[in-house]
Amino acid sequence: MGMNLFKTTAAVAALAIMATGAAQAGEDAKLVINGDLSIATQAAAPAHLENLETVYSGWVFRTKETQALEMDDFDNPSFVFVDVALDLYAAVDGTEGKSCASCHENVEDFAGLTTSMPRVNADGALETTTDLINECRTERMGAKAWKYSGTDMSAMLSLVGLQSRGMPVNVAIDGAAAPYWDKGKELYYTRVGQLDMSCSNCHEDNYNVMIRADHLSQGQSNGFPTYRLKNAKMNTIQARFKGCMKNIRAEPFGQGSDEFKALELYVASRGNGLIVETPSVRN
Amino acid sequence: MEFSRRETIALGLGAAAMTMLPIRAFAEATADEIVADFTGGASMSDGGVTLTTPEIAENGNTVPIAVDAPGAVSVMIVATGNPTPKVAVFNFGELAASQSASTRIRLAGTQDVLAIAKMADGSFLRASSTVKVTIGGCGG
Amino acid sequence: MAKGVKPRVKVPKTAAAGSSITIKTLISHKMESGQRKDKKTGELIPRSIINRFTCEFNGKSVIEIDIEPAVSTNPYFQFDATVPEAGDFVFTWYDDDGSVYDATKSVAIG
Repeated sequence: MGMNLFKTTAAVAALAIMATGAAQAGEDAKLVINGDLSIATQAAAPAHLENLETVYSGWVFRTKETQALEMDDFDNPSFVFVDVALDLYAAVDGTEGKSCASCHENVEDFAGLTTSMPRVNADGALETTTDLINECRTERMGAKAWKYSGTDMSAMLSLVGLQSRGMPVNVAIDGAAAPYWDKGKELYYTRVGQLDMSCSNCHEDNYNVMIRADHLSQGQSNGFPTYRLKNAKMNTIQARFKGCMKNIRAEPFGQGSDEFKALELYVASRGNGLIVETPSVRN
Repeated sequence: MEFSRRETIALGLGAAAMTMLPIRAFAEATADEIVADFTGGASMSDGGVTLTTPEIAENGNTVPIAVDAPGAVSVMIVATGNPTPKVAVFNFGELAASQSASTRIRLAGTQDVLAIAKMADGSFLRASSTVKVTIGGCGG
Repeated sequence: MAKGVKPRVKVPKTAAAGSSITIKTLISHKMESGQRKDKKTGELIPRSIINRFTCEFNGKSVIEIDIEPAVSTNPYFQFDATVPEAGDFVFTWYDDDGSVYDATKSVAIG
C-alpha cells in the first residue's frame, strides 16, 4: 500500500511536471451559445461529493479559441453530425419498415431525457441512452443494433442530447440506482493499470493542473458526446473512458459493459447541477 | 482525419528537429520556394496585413486562423513547419466586401505561420505569427 | 463521390442593397492529407481532399480559395460579401476525386 501510494504520487508528479496551476486564457469566460443561450459552467457540487465544493464544465478548462467553437452552432463542427443524425432519424431501416420518426414524430420530444440518463429501467437494469436507441432498433424497427460508440450512434446521441441542452443534469443515484452508483463510485476511486491511477487522481485531486501541455478538467460528462479537435468526430463518454484507461496503461472495460455503464452513471452524478452542453467541443 | 499519438509525436519530432540548423535550412527553403513562387521573387514589406492565430493551439489538427489584408487581390497562407507548407490561397473577387477570411488549419508542430498578401498594385505585404502546438498530456 | 459529404452554409436571408454580409461555410469531408499511413498495411493513404472552393453572387466572384491538405477536416471558411441587389449565392466545392458539391442561397433586399 505504502509503496503503491509512493509510486502513484511519483507518477502524477512526473506527469504534472510542467504544472503551473496558472489559468489559461479562457477560464473566466462566459458560455453563451448563439448569442442567446446562456449556460452556467459551474455549480455547487452535489451533496454526495465529499472532496469538491464546486463542479466545473470541461469547457472552462479549454483555451478561448476552443471555447469559441462551442459558442455558435454553425462554428461548432458537431452540427455536421447532428445533421447526419436528422437524416438517420427520418430514414426507414429494418424489417418493420419504420424510422425513428415513425414512433417519435418530433425529436424535440426527447427534451430532458439526457439529463436523467443512465437510469434504472422497469426490469431493474441500468440503461444508457445508447441502450434505448439500440433497443428501439432491434425490437421495434427490426434493424441491426448500431455499434456502441460508432458514427451513427454517436451522431444520434448528439441529436438526442441537444434536445436537453440548457437543462441541468439530474441523474437518480438512490433507490434502485444505488447499487449501480456504488459500483461506479468504487470504479472511479480504484487505481488500475501500469500507472496505478484512478479517475480521481487526475479529475478530483489534480484538476486545473497542467499535465504536460494539457489542462486537466474535472472529467465531467455534461457535454458528451463531444466533438474533439484531436480526431474531428463525435466522441461518446464511454469511448472517452476507454481512452483514459489506455492512457494509464490499463486494459479498458468493454463499451456497453456493466462496469462502464455504472461508471457513466457515477460520473454523470458528479455533474448533477451542471448544464447539458451536448454537443460540445473539446481539444 | 485522425492522427494517432505515434504519428503526432513523429510530426512533433519533425518540428523539433527543425530547430537544428541543417534541417531548418532545408525546410525553410521549401517554404521560401513556395513564397517565391507566389511573389515572383518580389520583395515583401511587413505590415498592412493582419494574421490572427492562437498563441497556443490545444491541438494541431484544428487551429483557427484569420487574415485581413485591406486592398489585397489574394492572400497566401504558409505553415513553414508543415511537411507541405502551403495551406491555402484566398483570391478575393469583385463582390468581396473585405479582403479578409477565416479558416481552420493543421499544424504539424510549433512553428511560424505566414500570410503573404498580393496587393492590387502588384506589391506584396507579409505578416508572420508563431503558434505553439501542444503535444502530450492526456490526449486519450 | 466520397461518402457523407454534406455542405452547410450560413447566409442572412435579407440584406440592405449594397451592404456587407458575413458568410460562413463548412463541408463535411475527411481531408485525407496523403501524409498518413494505413495502420494495417503500412502503405501511404492517398491524398483525397477538397482542393478548391468558390463563392459567386449572380455570376460575379466573391471569393475563390485554393485549398491544400493543411486545411482541417470538415473545411470551414468565413468571409464577407457585398450584396448589390437581390439574387443567389452559389457555393461550389471541388473534390480531388472529381466530385463537385454545391449549395445555393437566395438573398432578398430588405
